[in-house]
Amino acid sequence: MTLDTWAIARFTVLMALTATALVLPPAIAAGWLLARRTFPGKTLFETLVSLPLVLPPVATGLVLLWILGRRSPVGRALDAAGVDVIFTWKAVVMAMMVISFPLVARSVRAGIEQVDRRYEDIAGTLGAGAFRIFRTVTLPLAARGIISGAILGFSRALGEFGATIMVAGAIPGRTQTLAVGIYTFVETGREDAAWGLLAVSALLAFGAIYLSNRIVDPVGRA
Amino acid sequence: MIALTLNVTLRQDAFVLDVRESASVEVLGLFGPSGSGKTSLLEAIAGLRRPEAGEIRIDDRILFSSASGINLRPQERRIGYVPQDALLFPHLNVSGNVLYGAPSTALRAGPSTALRAGREDFDALVAILDLGDLLDRRVRRLSGGEKQRVAIARALMTRPAVLLLDEPLAGVDRARREQILPYVLRIRRELHVPLIYVTHDAAELTAIADRVLRLEGGRVVSSGLASEASWAAGS
Repeated sequence: MTLDTWAIARFTVLMALTATALVLPPAIAAGWLLARRTFPGKTLFETLVSLPLVLPPVATGLVLLWILGRRSPVGRALDAAGVDVIFTWKAVVMAMMVISFPLVARSVRAGIEQVDRRYEDIAGTLGAGAFRIFRTVTLPLAARGIISGAILGFSRALGEFGATIMVAGAIPGRTQTLAVGIYTFVETGREDAAWGLLAVSALLAFGAIYLSNRIVDPVGRA
Repeated sequence: MIALTLNVTLRQDAFVLDVRESASVEVLGLFGPSGSGKTSLLEAIAGLRRPEAGEIRIDDRILFSSASGINLRPQERRIGYVPQDALLFPHLNVSGNVLYGAPSTALRAGPSTALRAGREDFDALVAILDLGDLLDRRVRRLSGGEKQRVAIARALMTRPAVLLLDEPLAGVDRARREQILPYVLRIRRELHVPLIYVTHDAAELTAIADRVLRLEGGRVVSSGLASEASWAAGS
């Protein structure tokens, strides 16, 4: 393993952790809305939430590239504020967030759906308002779904390639992640380095999925 | 003593709950077989089910009135509700469960009056319901009777205007029932909290209630003083 390999692995883990932390609040909000509320356009909302799961990541990356580019209002606002996103680590985090969002939101939703609503009802009779009920009853009882969603989202972020290469490129030392690194090393004939990155990727992915399975089924066959 | 007005029409799967009663009571017993609408009536009083029509009033406080469009949220009703399966929060220990019922001002840090009042209530309830040895215990390690006592303490921490008890002895084996009934009697005697007590066991009501409504198929088929035998016979 070269110094390069470890630097890329460290950068990828850091980006994936940041993306997971940032994606959790909106994913929890979306999961709660889907599990606990009925509203007009819910099916449409549900479809939009799941879209990045089935859309080719490269296509999602293209949409993201347009949103962050100077031709969109968001991109112009970022430009006016002097914030560079495209081809920086911020773009890596954003690509990871968008791609892992559906996985996290769906897992949170399943976790919240498993919470017996009567606990929330009882908390209401004890004087707790909607936010206190959510914070002190729903969230802790759905913790398993939320944690396993976070681990799944983190694992997905670790392996993100398509959207990342569109919005962040493959700049060595700046935006190169494990998946992007494997691709560029193979392209440039450095297969040994690619195998090193593959080993690290496999190890990280295995660890994360194993942990997630242990949380979902703690007394199971694991 | 409270003045209760219960005019409730509530559609169920199998029948329509239709109750029209006014009574001044300390302990009102709701008696009847399973599926007669007792729990639904409690849930309507607690604000967990919205009746199609009617009025629910405690003294001069209207909790629900279809005519005036009033439907207070459970948080605003000041009704303590202890369901049959206690529904203790599984992620909190016993003291966490009891303190959940403390007014939120009592939980804030600082030596405020509310904090002291909450603490005093907590200590008093722990003493009355004999929870001292259980405070650190996980909920899943409690017996059926212990769970009921914790749920009663939790509900009483809110200083409710009325306490609703839904078959508190149902999950307790017959030999241990006397471990709960005396506590309920203590609540009545020492805290003077009005109760609505649901059961399908006539003997419990004779011991605890002063007035009884007998429900069958969602309707009140008889009512009377707990000391009279007429309601038990279903006259």
